[in-house]
Amino acid sequence: MANKKMTIIASKGSLDMAYPPLILATTAASMDVDTTIFFTFYGLEIIKKGNADKLKVSPLGNPAMPMPVPIPTLIASLPGMETMATAMMKQMFNKHGVASIGQLLELAKEAGVKLIACQMTMDVMGVKQSDIIDGVQFGGAATWLDEAADSQINLFI
Amino acid sequence: MSADIKFDQFLDAKGMSCPLPILKTKKAVEALSKDQVLKVESTDAGSKNDMASWAKRTGNEIVKVEEGSGTFTFYIKKTA
Repeated sequence: MANKKMTIIASKGSLDMAYPPLILATTAASMDVDTTIFFTFYGLEIIKKGNADKLKVSPLGNPAMPMPVPIPTLIASLPGMETMATAMMKQMFNKHGVASIGQLLELAKEAGVKLIACQMTMDVMGVKQSDIIDGVQFGGAATWLDEAADSQINLFI
Repeated sequence: MSADIKFDQFLDAKGMSCPLPILKTKKAVEALSKDQVLKVESTDAGSKNDMASWAKRTGNEIVKVEEGSGTFTFYIKKTA
């Protein structure tokens, strides 16, 4: 029986939104599902060299963000708040034994997850192929569609 | 209560969160020979269902699951 297939479009570059694509992709690979992640727009931040563990989370525009004390939106916009929120979230992840984005990315590569960077958004945002980590292929919508058309699961994150 | 099930390898996944217990289990089972048994201990409350789904998908057999004081113990036989 042929393996099941999954594709994920990773379009977000914040710390919290980088987790779901990588958690699902690594788990899928461990369940014998052939998986492709297509990184586009801000999702490219995840696969820029040396950037995976520098992603941030913003308390702005996110009323569900857990904070030690309720923080008014105006305060949340002050310099340093993003750094603080990011440090807090990383500490929470760490305490609960959650892998870092960099670790998950390595595990995904090791498990044979196919990584594709969107060439068009790279061009628009001035990202060079040499800015992207090794082991990533470059392509566009047709590359993703070719994989997606044979997949049982296709997610946009 | 400890079981009398014999196992060939042990994986300590206590303190790890999703998806690490599954990823580590996959690697450990891959290293076994057919019909060998892996014992896994996990504290992730989601791992009870996760492990069952993983085994079903990969065609491996969970011989036994034990629960006690926040720890789940799985005996997984490599059948795939």
